[in-house]
Amino acid sequence: MNETVIEVKDFRKVYREVTAVDGISFQVHRGEIFGLLGPNGAGKTTTLESLEGLRIRGGGSLSILGVDPSRQPARLRNLIGVQLQTSGLPANMTVAEAMGFFAAYHGVAPQPRLLERLGLSEKKGTQYRDLSTGLQRRLALALAILHNPAVVFLDEPTAGLDVPARAALHILVRELQSSGRTIILATHDMAEAEKLSDRVAILLGGKIVASGTPRELTAASGSLTKVSVRTEAACLRGNGTYLPGATPPSVEGEYLVCFSKDPGPVVSALLARIESQGDRLIDLRVERPSLEERFLEITRGGSR
Amino acid sequence: MTAFVHHFSFEFRRGLRDRNLLLMNYLFPLGFFALMGVLMTQVNPGFKETMVPAMVIFALLSSAVLALPGPLVAAREEGIYRSYRINGVPTISILVIPAVTTIFHMVLVAAVIVIAGPLLFGARMPVNGLGFGLTFVAIAVACTGLGVLIGVIASDSRAIVLWSQLIFLPSMILGGLMLPVSMLPATMSRIAWLLPSTQAMNAFNSLGLGLPATRPPLQSIAILFAGGLLAFALAIYLFKWDNRSDTHRGNPALALLALLPYVAGMILFAV
Repeated sequence: MNETVIEVKDFRKVYREVTAVDGISFQVHRGEIFGLLGPNGAGKTTTLESLEGLRIRGGGSLSILGVDPSRQPARLRNLIGVQLQTSGLPANMTVAEAMGFFAAYHGVAPQPRLLERLGLSEKKGTQYRDLSTGLQRRLALALAILHNPAVVFLDEPTAGLDVPARAALHILVRELQSSGRTIILATHDMAEAEKLSDRVAILLGGKIVASGTPRELTAASGSLTKVSVRTEAACLRGNGTYLPGATPPSVEGEYLVCFSKDPGPVVSALLARIESQGDRLIDLRVERPSLEERFLEITRGGSR
Repeated sequence: MTAFVHHFSFEFRRGLRDRNLLLMNYLFPLGFFALMGVLMTQVNPGFKETMVPAMVIFALLSSAVLALPGPLVAAREEGIYRSYRINGVPTISILVIPAVTTIFHMVLVAAVIVIAGPLLFGARMPVNGLGFGLTFVAIAVACTGLGVLIGVIASDSRAIVLWSQLIFLPSMILGGLMLPVSMLPATMSRIAWLLPSTQAMNAFNSLGLGLPATRPPLQSIAILFAGGLLAFALAIYLFKWDNRSDTHRGNPALALLALLPYVAGMILFAV
């Protein structure tokens, strides 16, 4: 897991007079899912496209397994697989044609088993435009991995998918990771990034403003953890319920709710009080600030 | 080689699947051929002499100059070339294979015109298959080269219409398809030699039909090949992987260099 697969050092990119990326650095290790997050115009796409060899870097260095993407494109294309956000396929190309076409350009045999695994084997003769969004995304993923690349770039992999299709694609991404592939995930979906990524970097104005594991980032949040509790006799609703280190409790439906920076002692105090009053606990919920809340905090200029 | 076969096979089938390409490759040229066969041969019986090459050139203009650039621009706009680039599809394949498949479609259309023209409308039949074939290849290379170049430099579909019509309409009016160049006023006749269709009609008449040539036919063949190959070279040089690409080379105005062989030919023929 510690072998560095992608190394970005002081990478800069300027379009005319606009600085899209301003000296960012990060490393991605083998078998890792690395989330690249940021609002529109943050420099995420430029970074991805430069790593994919579609843009020429303005400064610094980029390396994928020792290959410079803009200088060694022929070596790069066997190392990476890219699931583009846009279609990337002619509308009237069939699934089987797409598989044959891209396999031929990668110098590998078409992989019908891959289509089967992704639920596309019965759609071989279907043209790309006639596939559902979910099947289009699956085909894009199949084409991205058919040559067994070491690094897979996923750009908004679940955009436009319904809940079951999203869940299925998440399982596939996990399978890719468990087969040893390194994955760069660019997404606007913070829940997805939090669920899938081992580490994330948040870009803002061309700079990395926060990075780490999703847990580390959310732990650094200025937001408080929400603690909600429901008991059989509602013993906590009486006057004078004081919980050390927590905001004064309020009532939301059948729940007593309070907020705290350090929820551990609050939960202990709550449980002790329920027991001492002979009441019975029905439900207890502890909700930490999400990556989305942390992302909003950062992008709105809050704590970094 | 396998990659070429897959790519060629897909592009050829796309010419039949895509409604717009089907219309412009087959229905429009063959429909126009039928219309001209019925009407023009009645109005102007002399048209029968040059009907076959005129309709073959019309078909090539329709498919190569009007239809070929559209999918190239659309593919760039839809991010298809980005995907091609990531997966190692070379520029030369992206530009040359659609041109070659277009020529294959045109061979089929030309065969229909060559067979049906004399049979149905009493058109003059080619007397020299080799000369006719050589001229066909030359004008096909010239037209597909221009079509591909338009597809590379046009920023969007509206620009395609503008550039394509700049070649198509003068070719129809001045290019010797409907009436001989010799019947045009002197200045217009001179301008007409800037058009690939004028050069092609000159070569077809002499090398294919055995009619007298206005100008040396082999010079016309050379100009068509030179113009076509130069257009392909410029298209490859000016090719952009996407509209935002910062990796493309050269100013699109360089595309005008593709007209150099025609300008040289016009000056040479004027001497």
